[in-house]
Amino acid sequence: MMQTRRDMLARSASVAAALAGLGLLPQAAQAAWSQAAFDAKTMGDLMKALGTSGPAESKDVTITGPDIAENGAVVPLGASTTLPAAKRIALLVEKNPAMLAAIFEITEAVEPNLSTRVKMGQSSNVIAVVITADNKVFFAQKEIKVTLGGCGG
Amino acid sequence: MADPMRIRAQAAGDKTTVRVLMSHEMETGQRKDSAGKLVPAWFIQEVSATHNGKPVLSAQWGPSVAKNPFLQFVLKGAKAGDKVAITWVDNRGDKRSDEATVS
Repeated sequence: MMQTRRDMLARSASVAAALAGLGLLPQAAQAAWSQAAFDAKTMGDLMKALGTSGPAESKDVTITGPDIAENGAVVPLGASTTLPAAKRIALLVEKNPAMLAAIFEITEAVEPNLSTRVKMGQSSNVIAVVITADNKVFFAQKEIKVTLGGCGG
Repeated sequence: MADPMRIRAQAAGDKTTVRVLMSHEMETGQRKDSAGKLVPAWFIQEVSATHNGKPVLSAQWGPSVAKNPFLQFVLKGAKAGDKVAITWVDNRGDKRSDEATVS
């Protein structure tokens, strides 16, 4: 049977719709996870995806990490702030394929001071972003040199 | 079901440091296997923490969080004997919950 391009397209669209309907597509199954934010390639895109704007560098935000990371697969990063109304804290790696590494929603029961470990593909700036309850955005950045990349292989 | 998490919660005064080590592959979806095929992404997307059943922290993670992720946070007003529970969900819909007691 000859298949035209049009048939193919129509069929693949209907298959995708069926999969999404069944909740088999991972992103569709996890509606709470913000795909747009994790697809963002620049700070501007990310701010749009998070529904905020106008990030300002602030000394009330601190990012901690090594100056030189020997292994990009495991880079310890910490973010903390002295801003009282911090609501969300995000960790960004500027030159990774997806900029956003993690975003945390904190409540009053938790201090705005978090640490985790991320992967870094190459030497790059890492950024801690703090979003306050009134939707203001503050950030701090730091350069980390990576000797051995952690993405790809 | 994935391997259990290791959770340690240590109280010092009114602050409790919670350290969590999860066991997960955290594939980025960028890596190729030996046959040159792309390894599909497989990573933890959502993490949440509760203190005595009350939610205190939630997070969304991307694939650039390191393999076997580590998370540390500081809980205010927790006492020895309180329960801290951590739950994660990955992009395949797998989930795991573990609980620890504040010491």
